Order: sequence, then structure tokens, then C-alpha cells
Amino acid sequence: MLRIATLLGLSSLALLAEDGSGVNINAVIMFFVFIAGTMGITKWAASKTKSASDFYTAGGGITGFQNGLAIAGDYISAASFLGISGMIYLQGYDGIIYAIGFLVGWPIILFLMAERLRNLGKFNFTDIAAYRLDEQKIRILAAFGSLTVVTFYLIAQMVGAGKLIEVLFHIPYGWAVALVGALMIIYVTFGGMLATTWVQIIKACLILAGVTFIALMVMAHSGFSLTALVTEATSLHKSGVDILKPGPFVSDPVSAISLGLALMLGTAGLPHILMRFFTVGNAKEARKSVVYATGFIGYFYLLIGIVGLGSIVFLNSDIGKELYLSAEGSVIGGVNMVAVHLSQAVGGDIFLGFIAAVSFATILAVVSGLTLAASNSIAHDLYAIVIRKGNITDAEEMKVSKRTVLVIGFIAVLLGFAFENMNVAFMVGLAFAIAASANFPILILSIYWKKLTTRGAFIGGFVGLITAITLVVLSKTIWVDIFHFEKAIFPYVHPALFSVTAAFVAIWFFSITDKSARAEEDKAGFEAQNIRAQTGIGAEGAVSH
Amino acid sequence: MKENLVERIEANPKYQELLKKRDSLALKLGIFVLVMFYSYITIIAFNKELFATKVWEDGVTTIAFPIALAILVISFITTLIYVRRANGEFDDLTNEIKKDVKDYI
Repeated sequence: MLRIATLLGLSSLALLAEDGSGVNINAVIMFFVFIAGTMGITKWAASKTKSASDFYTAGGGITGFQNGLAIAGDYISAASFLGISGMIYLQGYDGIIYAIGFLVGWPIILFLMAERLRNLGKFNFTDIAAYRLDEQKIRILAAFGSLTVVTFYLIAQMVGAGKLIEVLFHIPYGWAVALVGALMIIYVTFGGMLATTWVQIIKACLILAGVTFIALMVMAHSGFSLTALVTEATSLHKSGVDILKPGPFVSDPVSAISLGLALMLGTAGLPHILMRFFTVGNAKEARKSVVYATGFIGYFYLLIGIVGLGSIVFLNSDIGKELYLSAEGSVIGGVNMVAVHLSQAVGGDIFLGFIAAVSFATILAVVSGLTLAASNSIAHDLYAIVIRKGNITDAEEMKVSKRTVLVIGFIAVLLGFAFENMNVAFMVGLAFAIAASANFPILILSIYWKKLTTRGAFIGGFVGLITAITLVVLSKTIWVDIFHFEKAIFPYVHPALFSVTAAFVAIWFFSITDKSARAEEDKAGFEAQNIRAQTGIGAEGAVSH
Repeated sequence: MKENLVERIEANPKYQELLKKRDSLALKLGIFVLVMFYSYITIIAFNKELFATKVWEDGVTTIAFPIALAILVISFITTLIYVRRANGEFDDLTNEIKKDVKDYI
């Protein structure tokens, strides 16, 4: 079955590729090598994936170092590599604000959550909130939160992947997106978390090496002088020296603070990232993985600054203009493609093939992780626990999971098609805002606040989620750019400041006014929960025996 | 978890010591990172021009760049500090607590 799917995928890709003119043969070959390699991993992982624990958490057998790389891999996604370099190309320093916000979430996760997540959970972060609260209600709430976040994140990744293939193979965007969807479904349904993690690890190594090479070449061009690079970039960019300071993305104080809040707290509410704390054997490895992840991500963002400045220099040079810009001066394939163009400018066709293939593998691995998190929510939280009340076998649950993956894959393709022209890093910013509003408050309060009750969490969680989505829809991004209304109802582009506050206030209010018997039970469970969170005593662990 | 186990662990001075030490470290480092990040964001929000100051008078590079670099490096160092203590001192304490109550689990 797997082999047939692989063959079908490859041959259709080859057929489509031949249609276009000016196809980059090296890139095509690199693509095939990568797809074949990752399929090999999937096949191996499929043979090892037997239980639901294997499927969701790779059996807990990943080491801290490996997991750190895999987390970095989830992070160095299309949004970071393609999106942030595109942002720096367009707006200069503003792209760097995103990079810093994404990174700073990590220490906070480590200090406040990593350990307790690990000690309290089994498959996903919902386990933590469900520990002492009414499980049914919390699972319903968390599933809504997770699915919304995953949807926004998926859109960003699908758009990135679609554009990449469109530019490289000259095949229509719609086909490109469909191809990504098909491959993703194969990875996840057959290989589960183990395949997803290994694809992520390998690709993290390759992309770190690739970005290092680009940065070195850019620096060599400037004689290894950062000043020379910066000077040349400002002389070529239409905004001149303004690219060296914070600019239009953070036009007003409210938006700036709101964005900062979303980037930082959102990290701590991303279901596919939090899931990674359950793929390691114990709390020690969980902590180590955060250090490695922070190191790799920090190193990557350091280089992406150079890549962004380099793209300004190389794409706006006389040769660059001819090759990569249209007559009106816009980037061919959209601004998300600047890093890919730059890789050809510094490393020729073979390196372009390498970077394109790695970016593509990146997107595939990230969408696979996202899809797994979503299917975890639907199959585990909603179906197994809420509908079947836990009376379900592993085999049955996995079957539902895999079917869910199919549906999500299909929806992802449709959404990727609908949101073709979004900046992918910006879209991820919105996913972060929703994660910060819907998932983070519940998670942090269930860990730390004794007086949290089911009613407070349930109502407050939905308040956060609904406020975030409503404000996003009413903001310029959707209301004006997608629906084409004249003026946005919500004046700021980043909703987090308002929606996070709304969530916390609602959770607090509906918890302290809760006088039900369930509320007493919720509060009474805190001591035992805290002991397990602090020491791990009573945790069964995700390790398969 | 058994009721008497909860009481027993809570009464264990090592458990109290663990909570105190870990919470204090996490709080200090957490507040440090939050203050650092929000100072950065607040300056961007209210006084962008401050970041437009030149590093060298005759150059073009603004101080916004070294500041960004510093935040990346400091963030990493804070995680390192926390994990060194958690994987050593705090884990030792946890293991001692587990040993103390192992008959009750």
C-alpha cells in the first residue's frame, strides 16, 4: 500500500514537472531523493508503530537531544525560513521582532511548564487540564482550541509549500497544494509520530547546514563585514536606512504589545509543540530538549537575519533584478520565495535544489506534526473519551485517528487553495494569538491556580477562543483583505492583548463564583495534582514496555 | 493517588525545600526574561527612534541589531542555568523524596 502510494506520488509529480518549461532538473532530482528518503523512514516507522502511544508519542523513546532538534525542526518551518526572510526583505527589522518573539517563548515554557506537562500528561496537553477538572468538558474545549490553532498554522504551511513547488516545477499552485496534502497523509497515517519526528530531525540538520552555507556566502560577498552588508542593503532597499529600525508592522503601541504577547504566550499553547514533551522518556530529557531547541532556534534566527539582508542585496543587484524580480519589481513567486531565490544566487542550481527540497521536507514534516496534533484532538479527546467514554481499544482509536488525518488533509488542501496570497509568517502570528488566548490560560491556570473550576475553565476558554477568532475576522487581515469590505471593524491587526485578557478574566470570574459540588471536587484535587506535577510520582510515562 | 501519600509527601521537608527552591529559581528567571522581552517590545511600541541610534557614528548599523542578538543569547543562557540546577540539585531532591515514600506508592 505504502509502495503504491509512493509510486503514484512520484510518477504524477514527474508527469506534472515535464509539462512546464524551464524546470530546474537538479531541484527535481533533489526532490525525488528527499521524498524517497522520507518514504523510507515512514516505512520503517510504520513497522514500529503498533499502539496508540507509538502513534501519538513515538513510544516515548526519543532522547532529549533528538527531541530538541525535532522541536527546532517544528519551529524552523516554512513560516520561519521562508516567511521571516521574506519579512526582512520587505520591511527590514520588523522580521527580526517576530524571530525574537518566537524564541523568547522557550525559556518561559521551560520555567513554568515543561516539567509539569511531562509529569501530568500522557498524549497531549489536554491531559493536564483534565487531570482534576471534569474530563469530558475539558476535552471538548481543548479540542476546539487545538483545531482552530492547527487550522491557521496549517494554512500558512500549505501556502508556503504550494508556492515553493509552483515556482520550482512550474506546476499550477492548486496541484502543488494537493500534492503536499497527499504526501502528508501518507507520512502521518503510516508512520505516525515516529516518522514525523525523524523526518523533522533530519530536516532540521539539513536546513541548519543550508542556512549556515547561505549566510557564509552572503558574508563572503561583503568581505565578512556586517557593516558592509548592512550598508549595501540600505542603499538597495527602497525604504533605505528605515529598514534598520522597527517599522510599519508594529505601527501603534497596542499592536506592538499585542503581538509580543501573542508570540511569547502562543508558543506555550501550540498543541503540536506541546505534544513533543511526551515523546521523551522522562522530565530530565524534556528539560534538556528545551535547552537544545532554544540553542538551535536561536542560532537559526541569528543567521536568518543575514539571509534576509542578503536577499535584499542579491535580489536587487543588476543580475538579481533580471532573474528574480518581475518588471514591476515584485519578487517572482511572491515575497515568501526570497530565501529560495537567494540560495540559487549564492550556490547555483544544485544548491537551489537542495534548499528547495529541504524547505519542502520542512513543510511536510510540520504539516504532519500539525495533522497528528489535530487527529489526536479529534480521535483521542473527542471520540475516544467524550463519545465513547474511554471504552475503546487502541486499534479502534488508531483507526479513527487515521481517518481523521484523511479528512484534515483534504481540508488543509482546500484552505491552502483559498489563502494563496497570505504572508505565511503573518498567518502564523495569528495562529499564535489564538493559541495564546484559547490554550495557554487554561493550561497555566490548571497547573498553578488551585481555585480553577471546570465551569471557569470551560466558559473562560471559549471566551478566549471566540474573542480571538472574532477579532481576527473583524481586523483588516480578513475583513478587508479577504472579504473586501472597505474598513476594518477592529482597528488593530493583533488581537492577543484583548483576547488573552478576556480569557483570564472570564476564567477567574466563572471559577470564583462557582459554588457547585463539581467545583469542590476540582479544588480538592489540586494537592495530589501538584505533587505529581512537581515530583512525577504517580506518572505512568509514555515509555512503552 | 492515596490520601495518606499526599499528606506524607506534603509533610516531607525535602518536598517543601524542592518547591521553595524551584519556584524561586523559575520565578526569578521567568521575571527576568519577561522584563527583558517586554522592555524591548515597549521601546518598539513607544519610542522606535531609540532603536534607530547608530552603533558607530559614521556607520549605518543601528543598535536594534546588537540588542536583538543579546536577547537571543541571554534567552539561551537562562534555559541553560535552569536546566543545570533542575537536572542536578532538583532531581536529586526528587529522588530522595521518592525513596522516602516508596513504601506508600
